[in-house]
Amino acid sequence: MADLSINMCGIKSPNPFWLASAPPTNGGEQVMRAFDAGWGGVVWKTLGTPITNVSSRFGAIDVGTTKAVGFNNIELITDRPLETNFKEIEAVKKRYPNHALIVSLMVESEQEWKDIIARSEDAGADGLELNFGCPHGMCERGMGSSVGQEPKILQRITHWAKTYAKVPVLVKLTPNITDIIPPGLAAVEGGADGLSLINTIKSIIGVDLDNLHLKPTVGDASSHGGYCGPAVKPIAMHMVAALARDKRITIPISGIGGIANWRDAAEFIALGSQSVQVCTAVMHYGYRIVEDMIEGLSNYLDEQGMASVNQLVGKAIPGFREWGDLDLNYQRVARINADSCIGCQLCYVACLDGAHQCIHTQKGPCQAWHGEPDHGVNPRLQASPKVQHEPKNGKSQVPYVDEAECIGCNLCQIVCPVPECISMVEVPHNKGHESWNQRVAKG
Amino acid sequence: MSANRLKQERLEQQMKDKKPLYTPAEAVYEANRCLYCYDAPCIKACPTGIDIPRFIKKIATDNIPGSAKTIFSANMLGYSCARVCPVEVLCVGACVYNDLNHQPIEIGRLQRYATEKALGQEKESGKKLFTPQPKTDKKVALVGAGPASLACAAYLALSGVQCDLYEKNELPGGLNTTGVAPYKLFALDAMDEVNWILQHGINLKTRMALGENITLDALCDSYDAVFLGLGLGADRALLDHPAVWGATDLIAKIKNDPDFQLPHTDSAVVIGGGNTALDIARELAYLGVKDVLMVYRKGIQDMSGYRHEREAAMKQGVRFMEFGLPKSLTTENGLITGLTLTFSNGLPDFEISTPFVIEAVGQEKHGQNWGLKTEKDGTLSVDPRTFETSRSGVFAGGDCVNGGKEVVNAAAEGRDAAFAMLKRWNIPSQFLKEV
Repeated sequence: MADLSINMCGIKSPNPFWLASAPPTNGGEQVMRAFDAGWGGVVWKTLGTPITNVSSRFGAIDVGTTKAVGFNNIELITDRPLETNFKEIEAVKKRYPNHALIVSLMVESEQEWKDIIARSEDAGADGLELNFGCPHGMCERGMGSSVGQEPKILQRITHWAKTYAKVPVLVKLTPNITDIIPPGLAAVEGGADGLSLINTIKSIIGVDLDNLHLKPTVGDASSHGGYCGPAVKPIAMHMVAALARDKRITIPISGIGGIANWRDAAEFIALGSQSVQVCTAVMHYGYRIVEDMIEGLSNYLDEQGMASVNQLVGKAIPGFREWGDLDLNYQRVARINADSCIGCQLCYVACLDGAHQCIHTQKGPCQAWHGEPDHGVNPRLQASPKVQHEPKNGKSQVPYVDEAECIGCNLCQIVCPVPECISMVEVPHNKGHESWNQRVAKG
Repeated sequence: MSANRLKQERLEQQMKDKKPLYTPAEAVYEANRCLYCYDAPCIKACPTGIDIPRFIKKIATDNIPGSAKTIFSANMLGYSCARVCPVEVLCVGACVYNDLNHQPIEIGRLQRYATEKALGQEKESGKKLFTPQPKTDKKVALVGAGPASLACAAYLALSGVQCDLYEKNELPGGLNTTGVAPYKLFALDAMDEVNWILQHGINLKTRMALGENITLDALCDSYDAVFLGLGLGADRALLDHPAVWGATDLIAKIKNDPDFQLPHTDSAVVIGGGNTALDIARELAYLGVKDVLMVYRKGIQDMSGYRHEREAAMKQGVRFMEFGLPKSLTTENGLITGLTLTFSNGLPDFEISTPFVIEAVGQEKHGQNWGLKTEKDGTLSVDPRTFETSRSGVFAGGDCVNGGKEVVNAAAEGRDAAFAMLKRWNIPSQFLKEV
């Protein structure tokens, strides 16, 4: 069985699965149950000058019957006394000496940073995470994402923290910027030991159409919140990978954003994360999801012949190219498996209206036949080669692909509800590799 | 049988609604499961061709009036069809989920949700789903106020054509009111739909029977067109005895007559193997007749009744006897005490002791009565696209043409006849797409 333990810039953890600073890490009793469930580490809910939270706080978007594909919150940092938090941190650390306990911090002045760092270390924190990411409530007061958006300030506060901290310092970055590299570099230059990203994205999660109140509603109003959950995963992976690719970023990354299972985690690790942090999925399903994460990642590493999770870190990074370096001669086409096709024709209409008009029904090349107006002659009335499928169950609903015209865009495969019914097949060629940049260089 | 008497307690109300109205949560969940197929097999399996994925997606966004309009534009009897259609062999049977070995979409229940909700909202708000077009100078007489005529009249009336419905009974609605199995649709619910259709400006004249107090010639003289939705005739009888029930007569009693009670007996014999036979057998079982025996002249696999209905009857404890025919009745003082059966598979004749014998062996066809061309089986001959009979200007649809199919077939035929008339008269209709 593969070794899942990690040592991220001096913070040791039995596995790479951490709980992000959020409601699941609000207090000691919760964190102890999380460790019992199998989580390797936690980032304690951000400590700072206590605030007052509002009711309500959370909102979500559902897609069809899938709940909370995207999630947002307007909750701020801890609303419990600092004294209580530190007492609980101490108790947890005593009982779980081998788990990683990182304390998230957010204060304003240098003196405040100095004090809260000292108190966190006294309580037994294994590491600190500077919250430069929270995009609501705190940023208006000059903290959170307002720091993450200003590389110079970010660098200065990181430097303060490093001046006073004895334990490793992670800097948590905000995605509410145009380019993640400048704040990442500022953290490195400020002396940070590691990066955590992404924090949440500024968002309005919804409008109640009955009364036109924004969600999550506080009385008759709401405010922008921080967006997270499965829907933000691609944005987070882009930012993690951008930093991991940059040679100037010499410190490890803790990946965050829409991670709900071991597959998500493995992708983040392959894109350069050493640890991963989870929040929304636990808020949805509870701490118990970590069991599958541990088993799944472990099995995957075994199958890949990797003895340690550290071998997976950044493994997918070489697969990233700038668009100008992609091979323009590479071609793939869609193939529909008539045996497993159920005849829904979602691929047909997607290709007809949303792509390249190269999937046809048994009735012939895309002609108006479903009651749509016909706006003239279709440019490709002769599709070739025409693939006549045996009518299935007496029906002839199976569409066919005009492979000569197929551009290999994947749309049909994306919309097909039957797993592995549509495959994208590489078309061999002997034209060699030619990228846009090569073409431009040739003149 | 007056509409007021339907408000009294009737036998049919002892049966439960088999597929009750979805809650909003149930409807949205089921609607979201629909894949939204293109050129969907369920549409092709529907005799009225309702754009099923389209109305289902509108339920998912809580666009109930839009959903109902999609349904009614193709099938004005979409409410009763949602409840009475044999969806297992139509839309639901064609759902692509069957090929994935997943539970197919409950299209009937979603259609009931959209139509029942929309009609309720229309009643409450007074905001009509459909606005009648300005009146034209055309007048149509429709004979028989069953599903075919109601569908035909609804499209015509909303397109500005004056419609007069002639019904021989006191109650309109045809088999929806008198014949549909109560656990699918109660008579009062059928009447609600009839009244909704009539309120689009359709005149109803009851106790008017073709060949008795009205004639086809007279109607042809006073109207621009006539639509015949006459249904079928009386129950056929193999056993000539007044105490033997015809199935449709008995079902009408159960559904409509507040004074009717079943005979005091634990046993009944139903002769026949079609859907009407299965319906009455199931209804009797529901009403507490302990031993319901179906006798069919051929093997059980040859029964014309739907397999899913047969299986439901079996689950209710209905027994089946194959290859049997009624031979003779034993009577005492005019009352039945037994029925002797004879068998084509070599079994010896034997007598079943029962006072309750029901025949469901088809209904008479009466097409030859009206001076119109008929098929060999006595149904009216029509043009398959326009549903016009051999007499110009006389259209026909429903059971008198198709020989006895579903409500949805009648609704489609009535609609197509209406569309043919509108096209012939160049009346632009909200229901006809510009071509």
